[in-house]
Amino acid sequence: MKKMTAMLAAVALTAAACGSDAGSGGAKTLTVFAAASLTESFGALEKKFEAAHAGVDVKIGYDGSSKLAQQINEGAKADVFASADQPNMEKVVKAGRADGQPKVFATNKLTIAVPPGNPKGVKTFADLAKPGVKVVVCAPQVPCGSAEKKVEKATGVAVKAVSEEQDVKAVKAKVQSGDADAGLVYVSDVVSAGGKIDKVDFPEASNAINDYPIAVVKDAPQPDLARQFLDLVFGADGKQELGKVGFGTAS
Amino acid sequence: MPWVLWIPAAVALALVVLPVAGLLTRSDLSRFPELVTSSSSLRALRLSLETAALSTVACVVLGVPLAVVLARSRVRGTRVLRAVVLLPLVLPPVVGGLALLYLLGRKGFLGYVLDAVMGVQVPFTTAAVVIAQTFVAMPFLVVSLEGALRGAGDRYERVASTLGAPPWTVFRRVTVPLLLPALGSGVVLSFARALGEFGATITFAGSLEGETRTLPLEVYNQAEADIDSAVALALLLIVVAVVVIAVARPRSLEGVRA
Repeated sequence: MKKMTAMLAAVALTAAACGSDAGSGGAKTLTVFAAASLTESFGALEKKFEAAHAGVDVKIGYDGSSKLAQQINEGAKADVFASADQPNMEKVVKAGRADGQPKVFATNKLTIAVPPGNPKGVKTFADLAKPGVKVVVCAPQVPCGSAEKKVEKATGVAVKAVSEEQDVKAVKAKVQSGDADAGLVYVSDVVSAGGKIDKVDFPEASNAINDYPIAVVKDAPQPDLARQFLDLVFGADGKQELGKVGFGTAS
Repeated sequence: MPWVLWIPAAVALALVVLPVAGLLTRSDLSRFPELVTSSSSLRALRLSLETAALSTVACVVLGVPLAVVLARSRVRGTRVLRAVVLLPLVLPPVVGGLALLYLLGRKGFLGYVLDAVMGVQVPFTTAAVVIAQTFVAMPFLVVSLEGALRGAGDRYERVASTLGAPPWTVFRRVTVPLLLPALGSGVVLSFARALGEFGATITFAGSLEGETRTLPLEVYNQAEADIDSAVALALLLIVVAVVVIAVARPRSLEGVRA
């Protein structure tokens, strides 16, 4: 038994050693968990950060904010968490996994995504309630869905969706494939689709502006690099890259 | 049996059982009844049972002839077909769903024809759920039947033929009875696979309560907001699966010839 315990301990130690300086040789890894909608802008920021910090490898995991929050709370080794909404950041703060107060770095608002050429001629939010228009939205449990519900409340328009998707990328995919006539997505999603879908902006979208908070994760393996990454996001480069894909940035 | 086999066998069993035990330790059983009897859970459960039953029927109606053809046909190229049938096992379900969407969606070549000729649109309907489940579940049925047929060999069928039985009679009176034991396990396997189907369904059929949101999709949906509720629903899915396997487990699943 003693032998066994010793062996287990040895295995654990090796594993821990491997974990702490993966990719050894003085190289450091900064791990960022970011909402899926940040894929394009944070991808550009990753390159800028690596160019400015020799020997630092930035790894970004993109996923739905709720899944990322859950992983962080389950002990995932991340340095930075950028959420697409406040409630999911709140979960991380409540679990004591955020280092300091999260700060909002960007805002996003809904727009109507339509296939190129807008075959059903959707012009306003109210058009989404017309019969014969196949609309796809996010489920109310996810940020894009709760934003959509807010707009419905503010306008009194009841959208009868043919499907409630689990994330905004799935909504986008169904509009892009042409199987939905319209879908509610974020402005940034249409910009990053690069012409494969068109957007129809509507003024009522201002009823549901989404805040994107960011925070350093508690006990981050690389707290200093994490803070420098936040500086980059809030700096001129960050504003430029976020603005490029349609995010609003805090002035 | 050499006793050493117990060691890997125990590891294998632990791999299956321990995660479920993990699920149990994290679930709040006092809230279980309330969580699983909400109207959305019950609708998802009902939809799951209905669609999985329908797709199992589709698997049998289409899969049995396919297995017989694969096992008995001497046409060249059957070996390639055998590999093709396994594709849904290898494809990630989401890719399978995309493939179905690109075939039967509005812009897919078959979907376009269906829409133009009959005014039928498949995506976002319960029919799409059944098609997605049949797509992923069928290989389980075909593989178990084909294996059984090839294992049994074709001497009984040949004898029946030489005694003057026409092909249809041979199929009915000899081939099908030979298949029955394997059919039991094939049906259970494909029903179980259909019940747990997630990726192809959400990609091809979407997710809407009462229409296309089956129990696995409801679990995923709940996991976004309320993980306790998702765990409770996942347990419900496990209970349903275990009950189905236990009730339907014919002697055939244990390899006993009827």
